[in-house]
Amino acid sequence: MEQSTIISVSNLTKSFGDFTAVNNISFEVAKGEIFGFLGANGAGKTTAMKMLIGISKPSSGEAIVAGYNIDNQSEMVKKNIGYMSQKFSLYDDLTIKENITFFGGIYGLSRKQIKEKTAVLIAELKLEEVENQLVGALPLGWKQKLSFSVALLHEPKIVFLDEPTGGVDPITRRQFWEMIYAQSNKGTTLFVTTHYMDEAEYCDRVSIMVEGKIEALDSPKNLKKQYNAASMNEVFLKLARNIE
Amino acid sequence: MSITVHNISKSYKDFKAIEAISFEVKTGELFGLIGPDGAGKTTLFRILTTLLLPNEGTAMVAGFDIVKEYKFIRNSVGYMPGKFSLYQDLSVEENLHFFATIFGTTIEENYDLIRDIYVQIEPFKKRRAGALSGGMKQKLALCCALIHKPKILFLDEPTTGVDPVSRKEFWEMLKRLQQKGITILVSTPYMDEAALCDRIALIQKGKIFEIDSPKNIISNYPKPIYAVTARNTHQLLNDLKAYPSQYSVFAFGEFIHYIDQNSDFNSQELRYYLESKNHTELDIHTSIPTIEDVFMDLTTLEN
Repeated sequence: MEQSTIISVSNLTKSFGDFTAVNNISFEVAKGEIFGFLGANGAGKTTAMKMLIGISKPSSGEAIVAGYNIDNQSEMVKKNIGYMSQKFSLYDDLTIKENITFFGGIYGLSRKQIKEKTAVLIAELKLEEVENQLVGALPLGWKQKLSFSVALLHEPKIVFLDEPTGGVDPITRRQFWEMIYAQSNKGTTLFVTTHYMDEAEYCDRVSIMVEGKIEALDSPKNLKKQYNAASMNEVFLKLARNIE
Repeated sequence: MSITVHNISKSYKDFKAIEAISFEVKTGELFGLIGPDGAGKTTLFRILTTLLLPNEGTAMVAGFDIVKEYKFIRNSVGYMPGKFSLYQDLSVEENLHFFATIFGTTIEENYDLIRDIYVQIEPFKKRRAGALSGGMKQKLALCCALIHKPKILFLDEPTTGVDPVSRKEFWEMLKRLQQKGITILVSTPYMDEAALCDRIALIQKGKIFEIDSPKNIISNYPKPIYAVTARNTHQLLNDLKAYPSQYSVFAFGEFIHYIDQNSDFNSQELRYYLESKNHTELDIHTSIPTIEDVFMDLTTLEN
């Protein structure tokens, strides 16, 4: 099996004044991998992720994402990735169909492509009956599935998911992870943050950030062995301290 | 009884946020409302804290009627909403002082109650609340909800979006408050937090499915659950779903929880089936249900 690297981070650092939010982190993510990016609140996850998606410049170090340098090719990085924010960011007062059309247009898809994609996406998510309803009226679980699908519209090589399942009911949470698996099987790379430690177990590899540094990085199985823990929750509790 | 809720319903236009909900919370109890976003938890909190009127039903909080005697309730309860609602432009200290003053008390008078929590944010007491980290905001909000020494504390999703370490610390704080005699009604979408409550109500789509102690809910669950693992988890999930007599198949961390339709289910037959699908490193063993197992079963039945 081909194991090509799709994200390559070396010595990445971000400081705000005398506070170092991300401190010299290095790691690689393989194509098609489900990579769990964990850490306590304030550990530096969001800052690191913002650099990787090309919206924040590193103070030092570098990263190649989907073949482009995040520092001087950030526009190309953005074109080749999908991003689903922790905060719901589709337009509440547009319908499901209108949102898909809008974001398809933003990503530069042709009208024909948008039409085809819309049909496929709505069928896959089983949203036929509500396709003309305003997005704001949907239950959270559906919103999140829709956001994920919209982040995939332009067939990005990597999708960044920032706490995609927070507050979502347990059944929909699992359906969401099945969508993640399905994308991974198609060769898309998934970069996921979560506070649900059972979801950490679903990742191929997991990194745990503590105070701006990556303290651990391995498969869930190896991490549990290394830290002599029964679950990823235990691993996390052993590693992550509160830095407030 | 600290809280008695009788047949409370609330609709927004055609949408039924909560439907005929009834439950009781005993004095000194730590009671959890367990359910996902959209279950109706916040609507219920707003009704019980007298910020919203129900369409139907009655409720008593701290001995007072939520409609006729709402003013007395406001003095007797502390409420920490899901959304951070302190004054972002006031400092930590100013917020606390403000809430003490409007309730006619002082920080000094009830300092005992908040000391454990306040010492953690005291180094930042001059900082504007808006500039605090998430964890510190949460601690300040809890201090402000406690400063008038309420009989009952209402906490709406205090741990949503909070990492596992801080969640654990937060629950330890709640236990200490409970020991000081405060009745606590707390809501959470995290099923693992249910085990930390004395009693819980499982709630989804405006309805309560079950009320009991977490222990009883688990021991009363009638169906045997099997935890299954194999080398290829995703393939295992698909193959289990295709097994003719499957009742439910859900991923649970490193395991997949399998429930069969038949009471005379033989796990050896399932093993043969999975071996015929070329699974390796196969393990099947019975597993103790979790609140999440019960919750998913009850809500699936409903749908």
